Amino acid sequence: MTNKIVIAELTKGTVNASTAELVSAAQAMGGDVTIVVPCTDASVADAVTGYDGVSKVIAVKSDVFAGNDSSGWASALDSAMPAGTVLFLATARSKDVASRLAARRGLSVVQDVVSVDGNNLTSPIYSGKANQTVTVNADTVVSVRANVFPSVESGSSNVVSVVDASGDVKTAVQDVMQRASARLDVSEANIIISGGRGMGSPANFSHLEAVADTIGAAVGASRAAVDTWDEIPHSMQVGQTGKTVNPNLYIAVGISGAIQHLAGMRSSKYIVAINKDADAPIFQHADYGIVATWEEALPVFQNALSSLLG
Amino acid sequence: MSTIIVLVKQVPDTNAKIAVQGGRVDLSTVKMEMSPYDGFAIEVALRHKEATGGTVTALTVGAAGTEKILKDAKAMGVDNIVRVWDDSWSELDSNALQTVLKETIQSLGGTAVYCGKSAADTGAGSTGPGLAERLGWANASNVIGAEFGDAVTVSMPVEAGVAKVSVPLPAVISCDKGDFKPRKANVKGIMMAKKAQVELTTASAPESTVVVASHSMPAAKPAGKTFEGGSSASEVVQLLRDEANVL
Ligand SMILES: Cc1cc2nc3c(=O)[nH]c(=O)nc-3n(C[C@H](O)[C@H](O)[C@H](O)COP(=O)(O)OP(=O)(O)OC[C@H]3O[C@@H](n4cnc5c(N)ncnc54)[C@H](O)[C@@H]3O)c2cc1C
Ligand SMILES: Nc1ncnc2c1ncn2[C@@H]1O[C@H](COP(=O)(O)O)[C@@H](O)[C@H]1O
Repeated sequence: MTNKIVIAELTKGTVNASTAELVSAAQAMGGDVTIVVPCTDASVADAVTGYDGVSKVIAVKSDVFAGNDSSGWASALDSAMPAGTVLFLATARSKDVASRLAARRGLSVVQDVVSVDGNNLTSPIYSGKANQTVTVNADTVVSVRANVFPSVESGSSNVVSVVDASGDVKTAVQDVMQRASARLDVSEANIIISGGRGMGSPANFSHLEAVADTIGAAVGASRAAVDTWDEIPHSMQVGQTGKTVNPNLYIAVGISGAIQHLAGMRSSKYIVAINKDADAPIFQHADYGIVATWEEALPVFQNALSSLLG
Repeated sequence: MSTIIVLVKQVPDTNAKIAVQGGRVDLSTVKMEMSPYDGFAIEVALRHKEATGGTVTALTVGAAGTEKILKDAKAMGVDNIVRVWDDSWSELDSNALQTVLKETIQSLGGTAVYCGKSAADTGAGSTGPGLAERLGWANASNVIGAEFGDAVTVSMPVEAGVAKVSVPLPAVISCDKGDFKPRKANVKGIMMAKKAQVELTTASAPESTVVVASHSMPAAKPAGKTFEGGSSASEVVQLLRDEANVL
């Protein structure tokens, strides 16, 4: 149980910076850390050669990593990796691959880890209403939430060893019906600004987009907004039947704070709420609450941001 | 003919307050129900049967007392209901649970398995892909639309957006909310469900290597600051920079 293998998170073909957080999570579990970089071009692995506390970097090169098939990913990774406890970032695709890899190796999987103490791993359960700590007594495959662990420093110069691998792809993409918007997805953003029914119309989401553009945020929505307005896609929904997010900053505008919405965003590091109703439940969870209509508050918010960051 | 299996799990009512007593979650006063995404999985399984013929079997791995969700599945229209258990089991880790599911699905001769994208208690999303790997099958997760033929063509989010993906059978498909509105049980369904027999089976489970040590409540957040009026928004921006350090 001493080897720890960190799978670099690949986002649009490059290494996601949260990979450095996975290394410190691996260090908290103890043992020797190897980083495995899934890629189609081994130069992608250069992004992690500086990470401190890593004894080995393996670039696993395979066509399967250009696609989404989790069987292809898991089989290619498995063929090129040593035994040990494996850490992934807890994104939708990586959680799927982690589950397959664990099953392939006859191991158990523990998802969404937010705290590590040796062999004790803690994850939220019941949509964050409680935490569960488990003890792992054998090699395990683990996924770790982003924005929870510190990033390791960079200053080393590891050498990359390249392994060619092939994978067992089982599914085939026929057609991409809805292109991902150029905007950041809520599940990968450090800052999210979300609108609810209180926005009044889908056109008013442009005010949220303007703020998002100023601070590099993603735009999210409540279910009421998604259900009421066709222009607001389900992919933007945060909550129990939407996405679970864990950003540094979550700004809720015209959202009441129903328990199902809280389920998706309550673990955000800082929460700002803008709502005209001082009794809205969202204020009980906000670090900074602004009791005002968004029509009054957002222009001021936007101006202050622009002068601070502009 | 398709032998369609849908996995259902009993979880606490998602509106319930959760309390921790003596380091363990206390569910003694909490109403239990079917995990919400499993309702979508049942709907898709029934549509699969309507398109290709065959049978739908709802399957749960759970202790005595979890029959209610199988009866709910029956009332929606599944053909068979099966509970798998062994009284020597308590908490099964993912390796043990998936091993039990694999053995049971093989003995039922399953050709397509539907499940929820994640259970409302674990939130994990491990079961669908893990089970598929153990069976050597294809899988698709977070599925929001499906058409049925020799393969199932699903709509699902991929990195490039939302894609139509062809998933050859046999396969395990994990269902998100999507376009599926779970059908309501009608009176006839509810009457049938009352009379229906739950088939009880067992399987062999390896020892769990992941063991629950304790439960705890999330750390309470310190009370936040509240400001009146839109003009306070500039003060909040300053605090986000100076106090919270997030800008
Ligand atoms: C099984 C189930 C699953 C669910 N899953 C989700 C989920 O994933 N995500 C989710 O969000 N919800 C979910 N819901 C729905 C949830 O219960 C709420 O209905 C929903 O979150 C409400 O959205 P809202 O806050 O935008 O709307 P509302 O509750 O209508 O709140 C609108 C708010 O806007 C404020 N407001 C109005 N005008 C203005 C203005 N001009 N300026 C500022 N504030 C204004 C109002 O004071 C109010 O607080 C789920 C429900 C169920 C039963
Ligand atoms: N004990 C169980 N019995 C039957 N199905 C289960 C069980 N646990 C999980 N599942 C299925 O797997 C899905 C995902 O669960 P999880 O991997 O725990 O998030 C659930 O929505 C169910 O469809």
